[in-house]
Formats: sequence, C-alpha cells, structure tokens
Amino acid sequence: MRGSVGRKTIIAFIGPAVLALAVIGIGPLLFAAWTSLLNFNLTKLRDVRFIGLENYANVLTDEAFWAAMGRTFTLLGIALPVQIALGLGIALLLSQPGVGFLRTLTRLSLVVPMATTYAVVGLLGQVMFNIKFGVVNQLIGFLGFSPVNWIGDSTNAFILVVFWDIWQWTPFVALVLLAGLTTVPGEIEEAARLETRKWWTILRHVQLPFLIPGLTAVLILRTADTLKLFDMVFTMTRGGPGAATEFVSVMIQRVGFRAFNLGLASAQAIILLIITIILSQLYLKLVYKEVRQ
Amino acid sequence: MTGLAPGAGRRLAPQIALLLLVILFCVFPFYWMVTTSLKTQLLALQAPPAWIFEPTLSNYRAVLIDDGVGRTLINSLIVAISTTALAIALGAPAAYALARFEFRGKKDLWFWFITNRMVSPIVLALPFFLIVRKIGLLDTQLVLILIYLTFNLPIVIWICTDQFRSIPYDLDEAAILEGASQFRIFRSICLPLAMPGVAVSAIFAFIFSWNELLFALVLTRSNARTAPAMAVSFMEGYNLPFGKIMATSTLIVIPVIIFALIASKQLVRGLTMGAVK
Repeated sequence: MRGSVGRKTIIAFIGPAVLALAVIGIGPLLFAAWTSLLNFNLTKLRDVRFIGLENYANVLTDEAFWAAMGRTFTLLGIALPVQIALGLGIALLLSQPGVGFLRTLTRLSLVVPMATTYAVVGLLGQVMFNIKFGVVNQLIGFLGFSPVNWIGDSTNAFILVVFWDIWQWTPFVALVLLAGLTTVPGEIEEAARLETRKWWTILRHVQLPFLIPGLTAVLILRTADTLKLFDMVFTMTRGGPGAATEFVSVMIQRVGFRAFNLGLASAQAIILLIITIILSQLYLKLVYKEVRQ
Repeated sequence: MTGLAPGAGRRLAPQIALLLLVILFCVFPFYWMVTTSLKTQLLALQAPPAWIFEPTLSNYRAVLIDDGVGRTLINSLIVAISTTALAIALGAPAAYALARFEFRGKKDLWFWFITNRMVSPIVLALPFFLIVRKIGLLDTQLVLILIYLTFNLPIVIWICTDQFRSIPYDLDEAAILEGASQFRIFRSICLPLAMPGVAVSAIFAFIFSWNELLFALVLTRSNARTAPAMAVSFMEGYNLPFGKIMATSTLIVIPVIIFALIASKQLVRGLTMGAVK
C-alpha cells in the first residue's frame, strides 16, 4: 500500500512547501551570492561594479573576521561543556525519587529561561549588570566584593555573554538529558545498582548510552545557535566594548547594516553559510544514524 | 511527603536545597524584570537598587498610551499568527507526504528542510533587505510573514512528520478500500489524529516568530515594527528609560512563557525537532 501513490499526488502535497522555501530561502541566497561579487556600498551607490572574488579575498585575509569566528567558537567551547555538566546535574537531580511537588516546580521553572525572548535577555543584562544600579553588583557587594564594570570591560563583557548563554540554555540541556534518562529501562538500572553503589559507574556504563542521541542533538543545535547568536549580544553590548563581543553574526550585521558595505557583508554571509552547511551535514549524518536506527 | 521513613528528611535536604537553587537561578531574572517594570524611572536608576518599594503601573501606561508599544504588540501578533497559519497550511501536507509516501530524493529534501533551521538569519537578512527595498515592500507585515517561514516551515515539517508516522496504516487501508482519495484520507483521518503534533508545532512557530528580532530590525521601520524591535529602539542616547524598557519586555515575555508552560511537556521534542522525545 505504501508508495503506491501517483507522482501528481505527491507533488500536490509537498510542492507548495518546497516552492515556498525555494522562493524565500534559495532565491535570496542566489542574490546574496551575486551581491558578494560586487563592490556594493549603500553610501556609494554610484560606484557599484563587478569585482569578481575580491570581497572573498578580503574576507579570507581579514583578521577581524577570523577573530569574530574564533570568538564564536570560544563561546561555544566554554558555554557548552558548562551547560552539559550543569544540565546533567539537574537532570540527575530531577530523576531522583521524592519531593514530587518541588520537582514539578523545578521543571516548570526551567521553561522560563528558554522562553525568554533573546532580545529581552540582553536588555535584562543591561539592567541587572549595570555598574551603578545593577542588582548583581549589590549582591556581590554583600559578599565583600567591590563593584565590577561588567559591560564596559572587554573580558567581563565576554563573560557576561557566556553567563547569559548558560542561563538560557542549561535548562534546555537538562530537559533533553532528563528525557534521555527516562528511556533507561528500569530493570537494567536496578540490576546495575545491585552491582555497584558508585553513581559515576552507573552514569558511565548504564545511563550514558541512552543519553547519546540527546547529547548529539544538543551539540548540533547549540553549534548552529551560537553561529546565529545576534539578538542577546546586540541588545546588551552591540558587540563591544571594542570588538570584545563581536560574534560572527553580529559582525556581519555591523558590516552590512551599520557600515553599509553590503558586498563585503554578503561575502562574509556566504562563507558563514558554507561553514554552517558543512557542520550541519556532518552533524546530521551523526544524529540521523542515531535516531533512525 | 507522607509515608517517608524517619531520617528521609535529612537525606532529602541536599536535594531540596539544590532544587530550590535551580528554581532561584531560573526565575530570578524574570522576577527582576517584572519588579523593575513596576518602578518609577527615579527608583529604577537608584543605586543600590531597592527591593521593597511601592509598585506603580506608570511605565505600562507610558509605553502603551504614549509610545505606541500597543500597536507594535498587535503587529507582532498579526505577523506571528499569519506566519504560523501559513507554515501549518504548507507544512502539514508536506509532512504527510514525507511520512507516508515513498519517492526519490526524499532524504535530500529532508536534509534541506533542516539545514534551513541551522542557517543564521543574517545570511538571509542581507539579500532580503536589498530585494524588498527594490520592490518597495520594506516596512510591511507581509515581508516578515514570508521570511519567518524560513524557520517555521522546517519546524512544522519536522514535528508533524514525526506525528504522522505514529498513526497506524490500518485506518488508511480501510479508507482506500472504501475508495477514498489520499486528500480525503489526509483531511478526514490523519489530520484530526495528528492534531496534537500540529498544535505543538504551531505553538513553536508562534513563539519563534514572536521573539524574532534581527529580521524585524532590518526590514521594518515604523508601520510594521514588532514589539522586540520597539523595545530595542528605547535604547538610544543617555539616561535610558529602564522602567519602560522592562515594562515592554514584560509585555513581550509573558505570553511566550504562558504558551511555553502549556507546551512544556513537548518543549524538548519541539526544540530538538523530534530528535529527542
């Protein structure tokens, strides 16, 4: 019975979606590819001309671009392990029996950071970490620390972005890993607990295999989302001070919409797109194998 | 807590303390946002900040009546609902085809749909801005409704494909023997059964569209300005109106949190696009 459907029927079902995504997804990309070959600055529209691959040569040799790329992966490299460690801790905590009401309340609280609008997270960062009236400096003041210039200092501003990324996405990792933990068959876990009392051994040999699909999904989505990261940084630091928090999407936005060099920005965007496609194909092959088996 | 053995309290104490810490960590920024929105400008800028004060709704009155945040919220609502409806109308049948029919290139189509979820919006914002500027559609809701499909369609297709797969074939087979067409099976049998998945994907599409900033910032000015873009536009100059900014933020965030709590059981499935259930 399956597959015995006419070609016309299939096209009728799937055609509209494919067409829509082609028009709004692929069309503009082709246009961006064309723009990337032009000398195209919105403030010098009289000087638009074809310059071949010059924009690409400029991007590939541009230290600022690779610094932004490096910053992006540094953020991922610091935040993701912390999110996985904390998320695993929270997931294990929630999978323990007892205090049912408090566990439900915790699960509901975990939704709050994930649901908070990214742009609002950045605005909250400005309010809570303000050097003068910020609540964070007040709280660390109680502990005897002097006020910290969070947003105006390069290192601190970077730490701030890492902090909010961890705040917003640790709950996500926790819930994914919790879902994984519930797939561990009860008998296997009980049998293992009779063998050993070390939680680490049980985690490593019994629970971990069931967490792998979730961890793979987390790795893929966090990588993609870090490459996309814009809203929170834009509303909190605008990439500054200097270029301290200028991650790759923030940088492309600045070159395109604040310096108006759309040719160069398009070349940067195409390079980012290529990197994204390579990474997501690589990861998808991984997760696709995991999920479909 | 009834029926616990003596001494269980001591064993549970660290667990309770840690859970409370997690709750505090998650909810405190939200609490701070809401309380700041209830402070006067003078109080919002007071150093060190006040924890106990007399709340006022003046910021809400100011942003809704004087600054036109109400209109941007309506814009956000119109855009989010329209793009969600469109994504479901286009995505649900496509998901049905991916779940039920065999055809060449199915796997590649799958990869392409999900790659769209990965691409940074800035990649599309640049060319979209140039195209839309040329055809004179800058600052219209239509443009946002269309461009939000780039992330909504993949979500709808992924979650719904998953859902359609879980519906047994027996029902279709019986219907085919009765002489029903595929369209009829889809509309009368599978779609009603897939409603939970459709609803979840709709909630996600709505949340992502409602929260979106970059496209709104680049593609709208005043007429079609959405609420997040409006919140950002308060951030000009010195002496930022933080009370007003937090009031606008609260108005943006509250509906999302309500929706997310409704869908909290399916949150993981939605965010991982069905990879984790």
